[in-house]
Amino acid sequence: MIGVGFAYGAAGAGLAVVAVFSALDRDNRKRWNNAGFWGLFALSFLAGDWLGDLGNGFLVLALVVVGGMGGLGRSAPATTSDEERLASASRWGDRLFLPVLIIPLTTIAGALLLKGVKLGGAPLVDPGQVTVISLAAGVLIALTVAMAMLRPPLAAAPQEARRLLDSVGWAAILPQLLAALGAVFTLAGVGHAVGELLGGWLPAPGPLAAVALYCVGMAAFTMIMGNAFAAFPVLTAGVGAPLIVARFGGDPAVMGSIGMVAGYCGTLMTPMAAHNIVPTALLGLPPGAVIRVQAPTALIVLLANIALMYFLAFRH
Amino acid sequence: MLSLLGVGVVLLGLALRRNPILVVTAAALVTGLAGGLDLVATLRALGKAFNESRYISVAFLILPVIGLLERAGLQARAQTLVSRLSRVTVGGMLTGYLAARQLSAAAGLLSLGGQATMVRPLLAPMVEAEEIARHGPQDSARRILIRAHAAAVDNIGAFFGEDIFIALGSVLMIQAVLAQNHVQVQPLRVALWAIPTAVIAFTVHAARLRRLDRRLAAGAPR
Repeated sequence: MIGVGFAYGAAGAGLAVVAVFSALDRDNRKRWNNAGFWGLFALSFLAGDWLGDLGNGFLVLALVVVGGMGGLGRSAPATTSDEERLASASRWGDRLFLPVLIIPLTTIAGALLLKGVKLGGAPLVDPGQVTVISLAAGVLIALTVAMAMLRPPLAAAPQEARRLLDSVGWAAILPQLLAALGAVFTLAGVGHAVGELLGGWLPAPGPLAAVALYCVGMAAFTMIMGNAFAAFPVLTAGVGAPLIVARFGGDPAVMGSIGMVAGYCGTLMTPMAAHNIVPTALLGLPPGAVIRVQAPTALIVLLANIALMYFLAFRH
Repeated sequence: MLSLLGVGVVLLGLALRRNPILVVTAAALVTGLAGGLDLVATLRALGKAFNESRYISVAFLILPVIGLLERAGLQARAQTLVSRLSRVTVGGMLTGYLAARQLSAAAGLLSLGGQATMVRPLLAPMVEAEEIARHGPQDSARRILIRAHAAAVDNIGAFFGEDIFIALGSVLMIQAVLAQNHVQVQPLRVALWAIPTAVIAFTVHAARLRRLDRRLAAGAPR
């Protein structure tokens, strides 16, 4: 059976190569931080199952110390010039989009078709992780096609990946870290505590009240923190999982999907989000100009999300 | 009730703009300790969940492919396509960009757009030039309004398109957080249920852009 280890092996190997290139980059003043951070992340993918829970806990602490306190440098590996890119773009035209479109197509096809495939009685692909495995397969196919088509130097793929990873920096581990925070919330009974707190002033919240609370909470917490991903584990542990799913039997896929976009409505309205700070600076706009334009759409979509979640999650 | 201290740490830490990975780790430690776990047990829980959630970060596998294509002029090509948006009205051009941004984000091509790569160098100057050609020189209130609208379509298109792509961090993140709450979901279904909101967001914003055209024609803002 092909398991998720295949995808983790690919990610770990790629990150290990990036770590080595980082260590060799004398132009980056913080090259040892970069090498350490991507190296530790590679270790997590390659050896996470053998480190034990406490070992993984220390690995997380090390990643956070190197990335959050030491800080990563932004590398600038040799790449093509603007002129070369323009010339290549006019040579290849829209065919440049082909390799990258292979990835979603392979992922969706794999997720739909590979699920029931059996080989000698055992499933060919781990049914629980078929999406991630199909994604990794799609990336490998796309990478092969891109290499065959564009014929770049061999070091180009890892170096370009390093350029993009360094531009993401420490934020690369944030989604995974937030999911882990969600687990600690669950273990420590945050959902239970929120339920008690709400029980005080909402005697019997029905499904509609729970949905409205979850969506508005996602938007409001996102506005305070500037990040919908950070709001998601808090509201899901506190309201979504205990009330909408466990108590009222709502569809969790609908809840998660629409809950996250309810958070994005908050992102559109907050001066805390880089998405609004960056264009305000780049376009020389007065503070709040972008948010004023976005807010009406965000508020209407937020209301629509409450209605959608209520009707779709409880549609049976 | 003490376990809610960690929620306070996240809220306060991020509102004060401390480094998010430090804030989240501190919040996890505070939550565990306040919830009655000891430090080692908290660290174990954090490490176990981080390890179980690795599939979120498999989404980074896409980066070498994107990088190779950018090296070969992917963004230059996308800019050429945007520069060919038919010169209808300001609202019409912005609606065309919104549709392209939503569709490409849904196909996993989030990096094609962006404020620095597309809006500042291309979209904002294009709609400003269109507005001048149509209604003559702009005063500053009008210029601010049009530029802000150019920035807004990029954000709105990206936000309400990306969750449809099943293999992007956000969908896998939703799956992982739900799994940590003992709820299992299929990424494909999470992506599917993002489509109704995407359609509504497009419809609402396109209607507002038509209204923008009418306001600009009527001489607003004063």
